[in-house]
Amino acid sequence: MTGILEMSGVCSGYGPVKVLHDVDISVPQGTITAVLGANGAGKTTLLRTLSGLVRTTAGQIMFDGKDLRSVPVEKLVQLGIAHVPEGRGVVTELTVDENLRLGGLWRKDRADDARALTEVYDFFEPLARRRTFAGHQLSGGERQMLAVGRALMARPRLLLLDEPSLVLAPKVTAQIMALLKQLRDTQGLTVLLVEQNVRSALSIADEGVVMSLGRVVVTRRAEELRDDQDLRHAYLGF
Amino acid sequence: MDRFIFLTVDGLSKGAVYAAFALSLVLIWRAARIVNFSQGAIAVAAAYMAYSVTMHTGGNYWLGFGAAIVGGLVLGVVVERTTMRFVGHERPLDSVIVALGVVLIIQAVLGFIYGNEFLPAAAPFSRTSMRIGGYAVWSPYDLYVYAAVAVLVSFLAYLFAKTKLGLRLRASAFAPEVSRLLGVNVGRMTTLGWALAAAAGALAAMLVLPTELGLHPNAMDLVFVTAFTGAVLGGLDSPQGAVIGGLAVGLILNYVTGYAHNPNLAQPAVLAVLLVVLLVRPGGLFSSATARQV
Repeated sequence: MTGILEMSGVCSGYGPVKVLHDVDISVPQGTITAVLGANGAGKTTLLRTLSGLVRTTAGQIMFDGKDLRSVPVEKLVQLGIAHVPEGRGVVTELTVDENLRLGGLWRKDRADDARALTEVYDFFEPLARRRTFAGHQLSGGERQMLAVGRALMARPRLLLLDEPSLVLAPKVTAQIMALLKQLRDTQGLTVLLVEQNVRSALSIADEGVVMSLGRVVVTRRAEELRDDQDLRHAYLGF
Repeated sequence: MDRFIFLTVDGLSKGAVYAAFALSLVLIWRAARIVNFSQGAIAVAAAYMAYSVTMHTGGNYWLGFGAAIVGGLVLGVVVERTTMRFVGHERPLDSVIVALGVVLIIQAVLGFIYGNEFLPAAAPFSRTSMRIGGYAVWSPYDLYVYAAVAVLVSFLAYLFAKTKLGLRLRASAFAPEVSRLLGVNVGRMTTLGWALAAAAGALAAMLVLPTELGLHPNAMDLVFVTAFTGAVLGGLDSPQGAVIGGLAVGLILNYVTGYAHNPNLAQPAVLAVLLVVLLVRPGGLFSSATARQV
């Protein structure tokens, strides 16, 4: 099966430091793929390489038949790829409303942009009550909602999510995971989810990819990783 | 009392120009995290363009004025795209040295074309003070300066607060990487920031030169130092701070030199203010962000 996102033989890194080695990942359309692994496994670099924030030194990255290596970072969102970076990336000097509008600024369809804004506020109730608050006035959970909501403003086909559960209350994590599942089931959204929180990631994922030291060490159906104790012990440490 | 009113009125007029110039420095600081030491030279170059256009149109000040603003926009783009864009941010000193190189080049070219003598800078309105209730107050030219700076400030406030372009400009300044991921062409926003800043600087030069000795390649050097002090006083991150800082520095300078009856105190007074601000509140009066390393 060919995925909407296909990485083959991808190497990348920061200057002389190589981080990703020969990475092959295939993400089928309308699925959630969880990328798991310890700190320093290269998970964040994987997403940054996909976005073009880190230069690909070898291999190929195809999204919906298009080679991403030749796409400038600022054009990605127009192809349908939204990247929520690690540390959430809320522009703390801007208000909630401005952050959200920023996510849809490039769009031509103003009417649908307004609908997307309403949907985000409907889903993330706390944000609707803090529209005029600056980003730095929000709690960690609210910031994560804002970052995810802002990505959804672009009506993406592929969502790259970096550690959405980091320092979040379990309730908020569960809410965000439920939203991802809902978007996959209703709109066919494809998600590449980088997570330290293995249990919550595998609870919604279709596929699991385990990385270690910049390489993909195992790719399995999520339920196999979840249910097979030997696999869990070997690769995920629990 | 007469003297106090005179010094205050005159200080506010000078301060308005410093405010405009300080604003131009803040615009570049926000767009590119660079203190643009070439701002004065760029502004003078734009004023020379105005001089040439005015000369060739039979003394039309307003055509020259328009040329200065357009010239400022263009020079801002040229300086950013040809030099500053290629300066890394790893060492803050790099951009300072490159900017000083730009200063030397611009001043040499201006000296080569126009000579190093002072050329007259015309004022479009009378500079004679009007008298109200026996006190000498603003001249028509002072009022023109206030109006021009007010238009600049309102335009920038509207642009940044109310437009989509302003939202892009602010987002790019605060979070370049996130902005790129959201589809904002940050490189273009940086160039635009330079263009706006250089045009604001050109406006300041057009306003201040008729009140000083006139056009000279170095004519904005002291204005730069003074306005920079205003910008630091207000906080390099804060446009409101730049306006208030510029006005404050104009007033402080006028009181010091006026009451001491010694115009030579202007430069030491500016440096003293700069020193005190950097020692007491390096982030400036209006900086919301934590202290940044300049």
